[in-house]
Order: sequence, then structure tokens, then C-alpha cells
Amino acid sequence: MSAAAIETADNAVPQFYVKDEPHAEGGVLLGFWIYLMSDCLIFAVLFACYAVYGHNYAAGPSGAHLFELDWLAVSTAALLLSSITYGFAMLEMARKRKGAVLAWLAITACFGLVFLVLEVNEFTHMVLAGAGPDRSAFLSSFFTLVGTHGLHVTFGLIWMFTLMVQVARSGLTADHQRRLACLSLFWHFLDLVWIGVFSFVYLIGALS
Amino acid sequence: MSSASESRDPHNAEYLHGSDHANVDLPHATLRGYLTGFGLSVILTIVPFWIVMGHVFSDKNATILLVLAFGAVQIVVHMVYFLHMNSRSEGGWNMMALIFTVILVVITLSGSIWIMYDENANMMPAMTPDQMQMHTMTPEQMQQMK
Amino acid sequence: MQDRSELMHFLLGRLSLHAIPYDVPILVWTFVFVAIGGIAVLAAITYMGKWGYLWREWFTSIDHKKIGIMYMILAIIMLLRGFSDAIMMRLQQAIAFGGSTGYLPPEHYDQIFTAHGVIMIFFVAMPMIVGLINIVMPLQIGARDVAFPFLNNFSFWMTAFGAVLIMLSLFVGEFARTGWLAYPPLSELRYSPDVGVDYYIWALQIAGIGTLLSGINMVVTIIKMRAPGMTLMKMPVFTWTALCTNILIIAAFPVLTAVLALLGLDRYLGTHFFTNDFGGNMMMYVNLIWIWGHPEVYILILPAFGVYSEVVPTFSSKPLFGYASMVYATMAIAILSYLVWLHHFFTMGAGASVNSFFAITTMIISIPTGVKIFNWLFTMYRGRIRYTVPMLWTMGFMFTFVIGGMTGVMLAVPPADFVLHNSLFLVAHFHNVIIGGVLFGMFAAINYWFPKSIGFRLNEFWGKVSFWFWLVGFWVAFTPLYVLGLMGITRRLNHFSDPSLQIWFQIAAVGAVLILFGIIAFLIQLYVSIRDRESLRDTTGDPWDARTLEWSTASPAPPYNFAFTPIVHERDAWMDMKRRGHQRPVEGFKPIHMPKNTATGFVLSCFCLACGFGLIWHIWWLVIASFVATIGGAILHTFNYHRDYYIPAEEVARIEGERTRLLNPQGGVS
Repeated sequence: MSAAAIETADNAVPQFYVKDEPHAEGGVLLGFWIYLMSDCLIFAVLFACYAVYGHNYAAGPSGAHLFELDWLAVSTAALLLSSITYGFAMLEMARKRKGAVLAWLAITACFGLVFLVLEVNEFTHMVLAGAGPDRSAFLSSFFTLVGTHGLHVTFGLIWMFTLMVQVARSGLTADHQRRLACLSLFWHFLDLVWIGVFSFVYLIGALS
Repeated sequence: MSSASESRDPHNAEYLHGSDHANVDLPHATLRGYLTGFGLSVILTIVPFWIVMGHVFSDKNATILLVLAFGAVQIVVHMVYFLHMNSRSEGGWNMMALIFTVILVVITLSGSIWIMYDENANMMPAMTPDQMQMHTMTPEQMQQMK
Repeated sequence: MQDRSELMHFLLGRLSLHAIPYDVPILVWTFVFVAIGGIAVLAAITYMGKWGYLWREWFTSIDHKKIGIMYMILAIIMLLRGFSDAIMMRLQQAIAFGGSTGYLPPEHYDQIFTAHGVIMIFFVAMPMIVGLINIVMPLQIGARDVAFPFLNNFSFWMTAFGAVLIMLSLFVGEFARTGWLAYPPLSELRYSPDVGVDYYIWALQIAGIGTLLSGINMVVTIIKMRAPGMTLMKMPVFTWTALCTNILIIAAFPVLTAVLALLGLDRYLGTHFFTNDFGGNMMMYVNLIWIWGHPEVYILILPAFGVYSEVVPTFSSKPLFGYASMVYATMAIAILSYLVWLHHFFTMGAGASVNSFFAITTMIISIPTGVKIFNWLFTMYRGRIRYTVPMLWTMGFMFTFVIGGMTGVMLAVPPADFVLHNSLFLVAHFHNVIIGGVLFGMFAAINYWFPKSIGFRLNEFWGKVSFWFWLVGFWVAFTPLYVLGLMGITRRLNHFSDPSLQIWFQIAAVGAVLILFGIIAFLIQLYVSIRDRESLRDTTGDPWDARTLEWSTASPAPPYNFAFTPIVHERDAWMDMKRRGHQRPVEGFKPIHMPKNTATGFVLSCFCLACGFGLIWHIWWLVIASFVATIGGAILHTFNYHRDYYIPAEEVARIEGERTRLLNPQGGVS
């Protein structure tokens, strides 16, 4: 029986097998980033629809008639603030301070909720005024684009709440840190999409 | 991207649960970074709002261009300061994925707009933007019609 | 009585006994046969007491090799269904002339061609490709599994349950009558008020989630989990095509998800994306769906190109000619596939500049494919060619696909396309490239990698029989369609008035029967191979004297793939190892960290299936309940932190010891 030739001798058989398994390098963050890129493409389609249908009012109301920019400023501020408070949560996570992380997450969630409440309020008023998504192609694309963003925020909040429970229960483990990092990417990405929404949909749409 | 020290992952972090070391390759975030990003974002948000709400320019096209420009810059600010986007993270693959996605988004948007504009012009002239813009009324007018 | 029907309406939505097609004999008999067959299979499993085994070893498996096999089984079953649709259509078109209306009325015929297209693309070709990549790619890169094994299992079940929804539509309700892309306004509520289009939407949305997650999984696997020393330019070409394919999946499927969602919103909430009125524009649907649709066909063909790039060097006993140009050609095809989509609707009314732009890009994209063909031919030149079944399929592909590609370039000329669009010429073209390119590639792959996956080779004789019937059958079936298309005959017709056309359809029907023999020969091949498996057993793990890493493992590979992760020095890593006298390690084994099996993927997919069914039939309580269960189940799953285990070193030693005995029946070490 000959020995397993894993050793390398000079100019002889090169080493073909690993002796000690190399240290693990996680793929979760990259995978999540790639998922976010695919999400970008969904939003791209919705933006494309808004670009094409943006003036198809079908003799109904236009953005200039409907958009209330002062409330938009409040919800934009809420979302932007939530981004920075999440950033603070991540800084506390690096410092391994569980209580501070939970506090900043809670504040982030509050800002997120404010954003959602304002958006639901806006949608309700529009629907009640006869300007619902079934009124015209312009409104269909408006509600779908803004609504999809809002749905993402909702899922983000559910995720945030779940993570808060998990961190509270078992602390800032490696898994939880990874999940917080993914949620961080997700949350900032949503603020990024919102920049596109408030610029392209609301501000430009409000011009007449 | 294909460095010689390419490490492989038999113990994928995905199922390496319960281990102590956080093999999370987190980017180096700082308080200053977040505050700078926040400050820039605030400015880049307030200015477009002001331009539109204050009717600063009479030329609609100038307004549109400025709003979009500020939005684009703020997106980059978010990428750099909040998402910690740089060309080194994940061996450069994050940047690659982002560039590829941006290209596809541009193709999807510009392609669709060009194609639909062209087809509307040829097949449904009433649907071109300049035609459709005329067909609108306020919610109050709609109420009166009921 | 009013209360009862209100209760029933709440419980069952718009589902009622009327949904069951008692009055369509074909469906009744199909149901009888399916029921008998299904009960027989279930009874056999019960009799053999194999439910526990199936659940533990297969349904809950997160092993990429098993998941890949399940994908292939799903694909082959759906191939039989999709092909039945094809044979029915050929028969109808062969007899329905003049006074005879054939045996399929239009409303039935329309469902058949729609189902045929949907099934072949989404539930045959895609699962075959995803399954193949699952089986082969991790082994080729020296990995133990994919990056996200649980997600892999979930992706499979989502695809499988999408297929279940399609099959359900056969017996409960009906399917869409809109063609496989469901263009509005026909697919809108006004013109398709029934459940057919809803079956279509939800089957594809469910399967689409699985596919997208699988795409992310495979890309991260290839980026992160390659063996040490395997730089990108040392990867096997199949892995390169797998990478580009999955990048395309990630980039294209979100568009499909979004577009189908918009169509769904039109149907469920009365929005006006693609309606005739209130500002909707159905041309936008066509535009968006083809932004997905064109990359989709490259998703289908690139892995097949990868297969050929493995088969040709192995059976020519030569390294692949022009590796770098192969890689660049693959990347070029992937990127360019995003710039051609309008060629699917030249006739929709864009102006000359738009049409010309896309015509030119379409012609450009044929060039990298040409580079690949030349590379394969130069690989074969002066090689010692072995005419095995995979090699036959490859040579059949080269001839068939090139002609199909040429007809594609003809269609790329907009003025020519104005005559040929939606004619039988188009139908012949895409079957030419999909059958000649994708399907032939999948049969080559099945014959090539079957021993690695299952442990014994497939019977050569029946493989060759199948190949020849397919090759001849394909040309007999589709050449008449090219002729008819040039004469101006439109696609998707169930009846013709001009009797002079009939002969062409009759020839095409003969071709379909020849293909049927090819499929039967394939099934016989499977049966005979299983029956004779001991004589076909692959004891070395490398039955073809092949070149890439997967052939360094046992056949079938052990659960952990590699006892020690290989170190890669050159391209064609296994051939390099063989040439330079590698020694397979026979001692010093360590415990191996592996993920546990899980039922969560199956369970979550069941909830998604229920949600889809509820949405189709407007059973709103079911929709809400199953949606909440899905989200709740997913959240619960994240509370499970014990998802892994170690294979003990003794177990690894035992498995490797068995392989040592197989490799050296007389003793000694290879």
C-alpha cells in the first residue's frame, strides 16, 4: 500500500489535493446584493411603464392635480432619517452593543411606519376622489410603482421586527450580524429607489 | 477578480450556524461617513423640492433636468456613503453586478421609451405624449361630471 | 338556498362542478389514463414501503446532485405531455382541410398550442437546463454543494408546483387560449374572462420565483466556491456557460415577473396597463415581454453550447480549440442578447430607424455563435473521434442548428420579416434552433453525464436509435413548415381551405410520428439500461477518459463530492491530474461539514401552490391563509439555527475505501 501522495516534492507530482480545508468565505452578502440588482430590474420595468404612460390621463386627473408635495417632503424626510438611523444601528453592531442596536432599529422602524402611514393615507384619498389605479394608465403605473416600493418597505419592516426579536433573544451572533447586514443593504436600497420615485414621479409629475 | 488567492467555501457561511467568528465581510462604516452622506442627501433633496414647489424656473425642461441631475447625484451619494459601494468589495463583483444592472436598466428604459414613442407615432398618434397631455381634468371637474 | 350558495361562493370562489370538462371525451380519457397511471405509481411506492425513503432521501434533499435528478425527471415527464400536445396538433393540421374540421375545435386547439409552448419552454427546457447545471457544475468547480442548498431545494419545488398548476388546468377549468406569451388585449379580462390566463400567470409566477432564486444561487456558487487554483479562465467551458446563463436568468426573469404582475393587475384590479381603453397600450406588453423573451432563448441555448464544448474535446481526445475566444463569445452573446428584442415584433409598427437598429444588432449576435461552431470544428479536426451517442447528438446539432440560425438571419431582415412574421416559417425556425440546439444538447448531456449521476452508462444501441429517429423526424416534420411559411401560411390555425397544402401537413405529421419513435426509443433506452445496469456499471468514475474535475469522483459521486478539495493547476484539471500522475488520497480523511435535509422548501412551495390555486379561482380566504402561511413559514425557518452536521471521518473513509476497492479489484492503489 503506498502512501497518499499529498506531499509536494520539487519538480515531481504537484499538490492536487488540499490538506486543510480553506477558511470559509461567505456568499450571503454577494447573493443578497445580486438579488437587489434583480429587484432593480423590476423597478426598471415599472419606471419604464411610468415613463410611457406618464401622460395617459384618459381625461382624468394628472400629477399636477393630485400630488401634495408638502406631505411628500415629510415622507421623504422620514425615509431618509430611517436610513441614517439604520446606519447608526450598524455602527453599534460593530461595537457589539446589543441594546443600542435594538434601540436604533426601533427608531428606524418608527420612521418607516410614518412613511407607510403617509403613503396609505395618500392612496386612500386618491382612491376616494375617484383617482384610483383603475382610472387611467397614468394612475395604474403610479399606484403600481409607488405601491411596489411601499410593499418592499412593508416587508422590510416585517423583517426588521423579526430580526429585533431574534437579536433580543439570542444576541448579536454571526448569523444575526449577517442578516442585519443584508437588511441594511435592503433598507438603503429602498431609500435609493425612493430618490428615483420622488424625483421622476412626484416632482416632475407635479409640474404642469 | 480571479486572484491567485481565490478562496473557496466548503464550509459555506450560509450553513455555518452557531460559529463564533463573524465571517461577515462587512465594509468599514464610520459615523463621519454616515453623517456626510446624510448631510449631502438633505441638500440634494431640499434643492429639487424647492425648485419645483417654488416655481424657480419658468422653463419646464430646465426644471426637469435639474431635478433628475440632483436625483442622480443623490443616488451616487447613497451608493457610496450608505451602501459602501466600492470596487473592492466581494472581489469587485459587487461593482460588476452594479454596472451590469445599470446598463440593463438604461437599455430597458431608453429602449422602451424609444420603441413605444415610435410605435405610438406610427400606430396610435393619439397616444403620443403631446397628444395625451391635453386630456386631463381635475378631481373637482370629475366630481362635477358625475 | 341563497345562504348556501353564498357560503359555497365564499368557500370555492368561482370554482364549481362546471369547471370539470365532462363533455370533452379527449380530456375524460386522458384523465382516466392519468388517474390509472398515477394510482399505479402511488400504489407501487406504498407496496414497496418507499415513502419514507422518498421523503428523506429525495424530497427533502438539499444535495445538488439529487435536486438535479429531480429536475430532469420533471422535465422528461413534462416532455411527454408537451409532445402529446404536438402530436395532437400535427394530426389536426394534417386532416382539417375543406369540409373536414378535424377533431379539435378552435377553442380546444388554441389551448393546446398555448400549453405546448408554455410547457416546452418553462417546464421542459428550463428544468432540464437548471437540473443539468445542478448536477454538473458544482462537481466541475470542485465544490461540495451550491452556495445556498436550502434555496436550491425550494427552487425545485416551486418549479414542480408551477408544473402541477399547468397539469391541473387540464382537468379543472381550462388553460389559456392566447398563445404561450399571452398577448393582450386577448389575454385581458374582457376577452379571456375565464380561468385560463390566470392559470398561466400564476404557474409562471411560481415557477419564475424558483428560477430567479436558482440563478442567484448558481452565480454565487461559481464566483465563491471554486476549488483553489481554478481561476475564471481555468474553468470548464460548461461552467462558463452556466455562469453567463444564470446571469441572464437574474437579469431577465424579474422583467417577466413584473410584466405578468401588470397583466395580473389588469385582470384582478382593473388597472389599465394593456387594455384597449383608458390610456392602456398593449404594445407595451409585447415590448416588455420580449425584453424578457429574447434573453430567455439565450438562457436556453448557452448551456447547450456548454455541453457541446465538453462533449467535443472528450470524444475528439483533444483540448478545446480556442478556449479564450469561446469564453469571450459566450459573454458577447449574453450581453448582446439584451439589444435585439424588437426583432420579435418588427411588424408591430415601429419606424424604419428602430427596425433597422434592431435588425443590425440581431445580425451581429450571430457572429459569436459562428465563432463557437468553428471552434468545435477545429477541435474535431485531427482528433481521434469516437462516435458515441453524445458525439452523434453534437454532430446532428451542428448541421441542424446552423441551418436554423441561417433562417434566423433571414428573419432578421425587416422587409423579409414582414412576409414571414407569424408564418409557419417562423415556427420552423424556432423549432429548428430549439430542438436542434437545446434539445439535442440535452440528450447529449443526458447520455454523457448519466453514468456520473446515476452510476451506470446508458445503452448505446437504443441511444443511437433514438438519435436517428429524432434527427430524421425533426427534418421531416419541419421542412414542410419552412415551405408552407414561404408560401405565406399563418401559424396557429386549426383548419385550412386550400387542399393543395394538405400534402405538406401530412409529411409533417409523419415527421412527428418519427420523433415519437425517437422518444419511445429513449424510454426504452432508460428501461434497458436500468435492467442491464450491472453490465453497464461505471466502476472508475471516468468512463469516457474525460477532461474535467467531475470525472475525478466516483460514479455516482458521494454526498460530499470530494473527500479532499482538489487543487487546480491547469485548464482541463482532471486531464492534467491524470497526465501528471496524481495519487488519489486513501487515508487521513477528516470530518466533512454538510447541510441537513429540510422539509421547509416543500412545505413553503405547497403553500404557494395553494395561494396560486386560490388566486385563479378567486377563493380569497385560501389566498390570504396560504400567503400568511408562506410568510410565517419562511420566518419560522429563520429561527432554525441547526441546519448542518458533520459527516464523520470514519464514514468518509468507508465510502472512499469502497471506491478504492472498485478501482483496484486486485488490490493496490491507483
